Amino acid sequence: MTDRLSIVVVEPDRDRAELIAASLDHAGDYNIHIVAESSRVARTIAEYNPDVVLIDVASPSRDALEELALASGPMDRPVAMFVDQSDDGLTKAAIEAGLSAYVVNGLRADRLKPVLDAAITRFHMFQSMRKELEATKKALEERKLIDRAKGILMKARGLDEDAAYALLRKTAMDQGRKVVDVAQALVTTAGLLS
Amino acid sequence: MNGIDLNIGFMALVDSAPVIVAQELGFAKQEGLNLTLEKAPSWSTLRDMLALGRIEAAHMLAPVPIATSMGLSSGIKFDALSVLSVNGTVIGVSTDLAQRMRDSGYTFDFTDAENAGRALIAAATGKLRLGVPFPFSMHAELLYYWLNALGLPAPQSVEIHTVPPALMAEAIANGDIDAFCVGEPWGSIAVNNGVGELLIPGAAIWGFAPEKVLAARHDWVESEPELSKRLIRAVWRAGRWLDQPENHMTASEILARPQYVNVPAEVIDRALSGQIVINGRGEERHRDDFVVFHRGAAGFPWASQSAWIASQLASRLGLDRKTVGSSTRMIFRSDLYRAALAGLAADLPSASSKVEGLLDSRTPVSSESGKLYLEPGAFFDRRFFDPETVD
Repeated sequence: MTDRLSIVVVEPDRDRAELIAASLDHAGDYNIHIVAESSRVARTIAEYNPDVVLIDVASPSRDALEELALASGPMDRPVAMFVDQSDDGLTKAAIEAGLSAYVVNGLRADRLKPVLDAAITRFHMFQSMRKELEATKKALEERKLIDRAKGILMKARGLDEDAAYALLRKTAMDQGRKVVDVAQALVTTAGLLS
Repeated sequence: MNGIDLNIGFMALVDSAPVIVAQELGFAKQEGLNLTLEKAPSWSTLRDMLALGRIEAAHMLAPVPIATSMGLSSGIKFDALSVLSVNGTVIGVSTDLAQRMRDSGYTFDFTDAENAGRALIAAATGKLRLGVPFPFSMHAELLYYWLNALGLPAPQSVEIHTVPPALMAEAIANGDIDAFCVGEPWGSIAVNNGVGELLIPGAAIWGFAPEKVLAARHDWVESEPELSKRLIRAVWRAGRWLDQPENHMTASEILARPQYVNVPAEVIDRALSGQIVINGRGEERHRDDFVVFHRGAAGFPWASQSAWIASQLASRLGLDRKTVGSSTRMIFRSDLYRAALAGLAADLPSASSKVEGLLDSRTPVSSESGKLYLEPGAFFDRRFFDPETVD
């Protein structure tokens, strides 16, 4: 019983948190707690007294975890930052996957590895999903901007849609800029003039 | 030819300006450098990015390189190549607490740290809950120094919460903290959101406090001394540009961009111009030295600044101050800074260490050209810190 690793996952998104917990369960027999982010996060974690804390690298709440190092007396009970672990490859892999881990009780590397391997795999999936979402969002925003610029040109110059787009594209090529940048400039200028 | 690419990390704060301006205004290019600026979500992530070599240098809290060399925070050795900014933080309180302070006659002069501190301690209803952005920060050091000097043992007798700068306004709005010390623009954002009022600038506690440094991995600096020097020069020129009042508006516009600080330029301009709006009624206070990037040899990484930080950390953690002092002596790289700026119009002090807190007015000091003035830099309680007499 005392041998079961206690892991705290700091994650505000309930669904995502449960996916991480499920991956960890699959990897071994762990005691997993999920903690949402808040300005009290450090105190909540301290109450669970975990062996390992897993948190998204991009989470601003990470800084609150640094408090744990001080709260527990940095000299006698080190909260090793994951980045301090000797296995540099594993550390890099985790950070690249968007994961940071805090080892609270000086855990041995061989017990930590399966936890991290499972978490890293899961985080990789999240990261590619996040990238896809961002790319989609950006494409949509660019589409909207170009549509607005086309609309402005159609109205101001009496062009049809194809001709308006052709004009945008030609201007972009002439100036060595992206169509979306030309559209942005046009929309901003039109906004100032109207 | 775009020059040599360097990745530089920063946090969304007004005092990240030197690294941003170095790239945006071509000071980096002048040194044959092309800086890719990476915004970090938290100080710990920024430190890790630097430690793992994803970035070559970073806009970093001055105490972090000292704490890491003491094995606190992370075991990686960082050097501070220069001081990026002096001062630039504010202490603010919740609107409730501000009202209680006002009711008992406090006038929010934004100047007198002693009065402000006594009023704050008197108005507290329980253990004060204070927000700081990072455990190893000048914010924490200034708060502790201030409260201890006023007879409130800190951090023991207060509750410290670590809150990332951009979330400080939210933490005070949620009632999680009563007061905070944070870098601009985040104190002003709390004022704008109607959740906080500003008490004093950090400069009221220590008049010339090293706030952020240009940090790099020690082994990178050792293997790339020439690149390090070029970076020091680019950032030094950016600081000189930033200290000119006529450039404040342009600087605010640049920093306001989404990829940088991402708050309205008007709010950023408050810190740069020292014209601070302290409450929701729009009352303003002026402070010339609110944030300093250049004058008074602001960029010079004084050994005595590093010694002050080391001494504060050591005494709080019960470590031997002398041992810590000597092991951290070479972190603030005044040697490299001198070498980098040799031949430029930079006027550098002859000494690399001074008694901190000694000057209460602009004072000429010995320098290469003999024209260097240091800015006033007293501690509010008139104590001095002499690194030679640490025991």
